[in-house]
This record gives sequence, C-alpha cells and structure tokens, in this order.
Amino acid sequence: MVMLDEVVVYQRPQSLEECATHYCPGCTHGVAHRLIAEVIDEMGLRERMIGVASVGCSVFAYNYFDFDFVQAPHGRAPAMATGIKRVLPDRIVMTYQGDGDMASIGMGEIVHAAARGENITVFFLNNANYGMTGGQMAPTTLPGQQTTSSPKGRDVETQGYPVRASELLATLEGASYVVRRSLHDPKNIRMAKKAIRTAFEVQVRGLGFSMIELLSICPTNWGMTPVQSLHWLEEHMIPYYPIGDYKVHPIVAELKI
Amino acid sequence: MARELWKGNNAIAEAAVRAGLQAYFGYPITPQTELLEYLSARMPELGRAFVQAESELGAINMVYGAACTGARVMTSSSSPGISLMMEGISYIAGTEVPIVLVDVMRGGPGLGNIAPAQSDYNQIVHGGGHGDYNAIVLAPASIQESVDLTYEAFDLAEKYRAITVILIDGSIGQMMEPAEMPPMRPLKTEYPDWAVRGMVEHPGERRVLSSIYLDPPDEEAANLRMLRRWQQVEANEVRFKGYYLEDARFVVVGFGSAGRVALSAVRAARAEGIPVGLLRPITLKPFPVKALDELAQRVEGILVVEMNSGQMLEDVRRVVGGRVPVEFYGRLGGIIPMPDEVLEEIRRLSREPLTQDGHPRDRWLARMPRSN
Amino acid sequence: MQTEIIIAGFGGQGILFAGQLLAYAAMDNGLETTWIPSYGPEMRGGTANCTVIIADEEIGSPVVRNPQVAIVMNRPSLDKYEPLVKPGGLLVVNSSIIDRTPERKDIQAALVPANDIAEQLGDRRMANMVMLGAFLANLPVLSIEAIEKALQEHLPERHHKLLPKNYQALREGARYLAEKV
Repeated sequence: MVMLDEVVVYQRPQSLEECATHYCPGCTHGVAHRLIAEVIDEMGLRERMIGVASVGCSVFAYNYFDFDFVQAPHGRAPAMATGIKRVLPDRIVMTYQGDGDMASIGMGEIVHAAARGENITVFFLNNANYGMTGGQMAPTTLPGQQTTSSPKGRDVETQGYPVRASELLATLEGASYVVRRSLHDPKNIRMAKKAIRTAFEVQVRGLGFSMIELLSICPTNWGMTPVQSLHWLEEHMIPYYPIGDYKVHPIVAELKI
Repeated sequence: MARELWKGNNAIAEAAVRAGLQAYFGYPITPQTELLEYLSARMPELGRAFVQAESELGAINMVYGAACTGARVMTSSSSPGISLMMEGISYIAGTEVPIVLVDVMRGGPGLGNIAPAQSDYNQIVHGGGHGDYNAIVLAPASIQESVDLTYEAFDLAEKYRAITVILIDGSIGQMMEPAEMPPMRPLKTEYPDWAVRGMVEHPGERRVLSSIYLDPPDEEAANLRMLRRWQQVEANEVRFKGYYLEDARFVVVGFGSAGRVALSAVRAARAEGIPVGLLRPITLKPFPVKALDELAQRVEGILVVEMNSGQMLEDVRRVVGGRVPVEFYGRLGGIIPMPDEVLEEIRRLSREPLTQDGHPRDRWLARMPRSN
Repeated sequence: MQTEIIIAGFGGQGILFAGQLLAYAAMDNGLETTWIPSYGPEMRGGTANCTVIIADEEIGSPVVRNPQVAIVMNRPSLDKYEPLVKPGGLLVVNSSIIDRTPERKDIQAALVPANDIAEQLGDRRMANMVMLGAFLANLPVLSIEAIEKALQEHLPERHHKLLPKNYQALREGARYLAEKV
C-alpha cells in the first residue's frame, strides 16, 4: 500500500486569529480579512503591522487580525493612522473602514489623509448600506435602493446621489494608488488580492497613500441569500461603481509584483 | 539658564519640546495659533513629528493614534476647537492613553470672540466628552508657571495614564513675561507595556488598544480602575498658591488671569487695612479641597472671581458647604476684570453684612448693568 | 514698587515693539515685567496698544485701568487714556500729530514732536523711540542705556545699521521734560 504524503494546500493565515467572527453568514468581510491577512503573511509584514479598526461591522476587526491594533472613533481611522505613522514611520499602518465610516462621517479625514499623501493603506468596504446599525441608507446606497431609512428607495431629489469614493480620492495629487475591486466571484477576488499586495508594496516602499475599495455584500440587511446578494452586487453595484484603477502613480505602475 | 522674554503660546510650545514632545498635531485658531506656528518650525528642525491637521477632529485623532504608541504627544486649541475635540478626548480617556492638551480659552459661547475668557472651566474640569472620566487640569497664571507646568504635564499624564490639560485664557497666550526654560530632555526610548508599537517591539505579544468594553461588567470594571487611579491623583497632585492667608479674615479665590487680577486687588485692599488673602488654585482638577476647607473654617467671607459666569464658584460652594458666605464677581465675553473692580468687591465683602440667602450668582447679576 | 505704562497709537507706529523694548530692558535689569497687547478686532481698526508693567516683586494683574504712564501717539489714544492716567502720573504726547493739549491739571505731560524729530533724523518710524526717551527722562524706571542695550539685542539684525539713529532718537526725546499741565 502506498502512503500518500499529506500536503497542506490551504490553511489559516498566521495574521488571522483562530476564532469565529461575528459577521453574518455569507458576508464578504471574511473574504476581505483573509485576503489582507494572506498578503501580510506573504510579505512578512505581520510583526510590523499596526491596524486601525473603525466603527461599523468591522469594529471588532482587531479581534480577527492577529497583529497590533487600535480602534478609532467613527470615521477618524485615517487621522489615527496618521498619528501612528508619523511617530513610527517604519511600521505598516492600515485602516479597515466601511462606507458609512469612511465616505460619510469620516469624509474629512480620508480626503485629507489622501491629500497629504499619508503613507498608509486604507481598506474601504463598500456594501451600499450601514450594516452594523441595521441597514440604513449610506452615502453609497444606490439610487432607488431600499434601506430602513429610505424605505421607498433612495430618492435622489431629496436624498442626493451616492458617493464614488475611489473616483473622488483619485483626483487628489497626494494619492498614489486608488483602485476599486469586487469580492463577488473568484476572478475578482484574485484581482482584489493582487491590488492589496500592490497597496502594501506602495506603503513599504514609502510611495504614499493607497486605498483599495472592495465592493461587498450585506445579505442580512439586503434581505437576500448570499448567492442572490452576489448577483445583486454584480448587476447593480458594478454598473454604478465600475471596477478599475482610478489612480496609479507612474512609479507605482512600474512596480514588479 | 538665563531668563528670556517669552510670549505665552511660544513658551508653552518650547517647554513641551524640552519635555520631550515627540509629535504635535493641531489646527489654527486664535488666540492659540502661535503655538502651532512655533512648533511648525521647531518640531521638523528637531526631526520630530508635526502635522497641521484638516480640523480639530483630525488633530485630536492624530494625537489619539500617536498616544497609542506611547509617544509624548500634544495638541492645542481654543474654546470652539476644544468643543470639536471632545469626541476624541473621551475616546482617549476611555483608552487610558496619556496626552497633553492646551486650551487657550476665548469668549463664547458659539463663535464668540477671540478675547480672553475662562468659560471652558466646566467643559474641561467637569467633562465635556461623554462618559465618566477625569482629566488633570493645570491652570498657570504666568508665563513661568505655564512653562513649568507644561514641562511637568507630560510626566503627570504618563504617571496616571490621564489627559493633562493646560488651561489658560487668551491673555496668557498672548502676553510676554520673562521665563527661564528648563533643560532639553532626551526623547523617550522606553515605552510602557500597553503601547501599541507593532509586535516587532514586543515579540510574541499582540497588543490592542480600544475604548470598547462591550460587556457592561467589563466597562464598570474599567471605570472603577480609572477612578481608583484618579484617587491617587487627588491624593498626590493638588497644587495651589496662597497669598496673605495667615491672618486673613476674608479670602478671594481665583485661578489663572483672574487670580492675578485678584492678587493686585488683594494687595490694594491690604494697603487699606482689609485683612484679605488669596487662594489661587493651580490644579483645578483635582481641586484644592483641603486648603479651601481649612479656610472655610476660619474666614468670615469668600469672594470668587472668574472670567465666566461662576463656573468654579460651584466647586467652591460645594466645599464651603454654607459654613461661610460666598460672593461672586465675574466678567464675561472676553473681558478681563480690572483690579479696581475686584477691590470694590473686596471692600463690599469686608464692610457690608453678608448673607447666605439666595445664590451668589444672582446677587452678582443684580449688580451688573442691564444693557438691553 | 510697580510702574504701569500704556503705549497707544496707530498700527504701524511701533507701539508693540516699544513696549517689548521696555520689557526686555526691565528683564535685563533683573526686574519683573509683563507685556500684554490689546488683541482682537480692535487690532484691525488701526489702533494698537499694549500695557507694560515693571515691578520689583511678583506682578499681579497684567492689565490696569489707571496706569501711571500713558504714552499716546495719536489723538484717539490721547482722548482715551488722558482721563485714565493716575493722579500724579505722566502723559507723553506725540504733539506732531495730536492737535490738542492735555486738559487734566493733576498729571504731568510731556509734549514731544516725535514725528518731526524722527523725520529730521531720517525715518519717521523712529518716533516710538523719541517717545520712549521722553518717557524715561521724566520717569527713570530704566536708564536710556538699558533701552539701547535692549535695542541692540532685540532689533532684528537687518535693521542694525539703524541703531545709532535710534539711540539718537531716544536721546532727542529725553530732552522733553514734562510740566504740570
């Protein structure tokens, strides 16, 4: 009888804690966490990492990432990250923020962190609603999209238009790498991971501000199954929030990764 | 080191630099702006961190982030800017990280004006941010005292893991006096065991700082821990200065600039033969309860002088507890009381029958002119 | 011993700098001193003033209602501060541009054509030094030499070629002794 050697082909990244998360079944936060943790492991950055958690569903991100973390007031993660990075410039500082946190209450902090070219990496999870508080309208909620605070669908006449954060930040001279990716299928997830890798490379090399927008699903608040949610993201979110590279500084474009 | 003529805002900035300030984050607002301007040149020259933030919200949260690394960090602002910082201040208190905050107070409420006032007393001394927390509040009255207290503020903040506030009014920020600077301290090289600095500095030990205690018993325990630490502050760190108190039958209580104005008035009253002294609290929090309590047992009347509508007055009344009549004199809206006004109040205190009826604020208000 | 001095005039007349010079000189002579400007919207209204206190003990209030000395460099300042000078105090008046004489009889006044003297010396901006010289000649809380030393140490380097003229301005001003009004 031939004994086959067991080969580990898939395991928990060292940068992720071994624990159950509080995220809802099917939520793509788990995918985003894993991709980030894998890249940190692959680049050997874990010991140098300091994360900044935000307010929203990802408030407990520090329980899941297995490296140093602080927890910011709502929207202020880029400012906290700035404070950390300025006193410890050789640490790798990341924020992990949702759309309500970053694109609404924290709009001032994110815009100015990008404008300063702050050498930090921002992960921006866009799921088109406020997840933590139960699915209210977010700055990213699509026109006509029903939420608990836009029960008849977002009426742009009275509730305005969604914010396209990547496009907005890409206009800033200080931003070096700003891209939008999606977590709705394997191909896009692989693209997302590559972008995450590039973003950390940008920071490691001191090339300035990087932000990865990750289109995400929220099955619980959207009132759909996870699979329906993935389809909804593809059909409704991507047309409004196209996947793409919105700002790639020429020096970043030359990086071989 | 020789005395030099320093403007208050610049002096505080330089004293912080010499105390080993590693990072400063701020936002311009009169009458505090010179502090930011001074450090915008001084910090980079020394290779230390300086950021002019996009807002006071940005500034206080940069301070919060830097404080989580255990660095010596400071911000400064003036009343409306401090209001904006209150969110971050509460988080910083809840996370138990030390910072130094300078509030150069101006007239308010609202946009108010840029003239000197002491109307942030309640906001700074009795909270301002949400939740139960205590900050050490130092109220210097001269440039030298501003320098000395700023230099020490970082030690206090670190010793008690507390926010330490330098609370002055705009006139101290803007005036010049001779002061001697303390020696330049070397920057910190060792950090406390809670500092989040990346596992590269504390191998094998993952550190997290937050102000979240989701389980109420945990939150209660955190609050109790902070409160017990605060008891140590109350036991060890009370500071005040007394003038002419030995034989005083009357006492004026005033802090900062109001305390200085009162000193001139007390001297003038002494020249008239009125046995009056001055108690000038230097720590507004912890408040000099014992000193005031001892005076309340032996004087005949107390006059509280402030550049607000009687905010410290309530702390004085609480300590005095009705044992002695308390009177109040305040000027508001950015006006510094003149010594002759306070002298007149001292004369009144010493010659008129004192009453315990009603509230001293009401009696003062009745004496103030009605303009409309 | 405490002397309170208010210096007032238009912005641009070197009011604040004149006050700082007094404070520097006082400090260098081992005295206690405070210098406080009026700041705020009034700064933009074209008037400037500062209060300097010189004392040999801890100074209480940095502001006073009734100064011992008022150095007034324009008419609005004379109108404002003449009534406030302590009885027996000193008023130094820039008579070059102030078109009235002081009215009070219980103070001393030195009328100094400060702008004219400064212009004769070559620069009207030295009028503040002429006024300081006149003040110190009438109330020698500090010596003229102490002010000269302070000037040397605190006048920006780029203006140092003007030092001799400034010394001259101080001494020209010192010739104007006050009389009871």
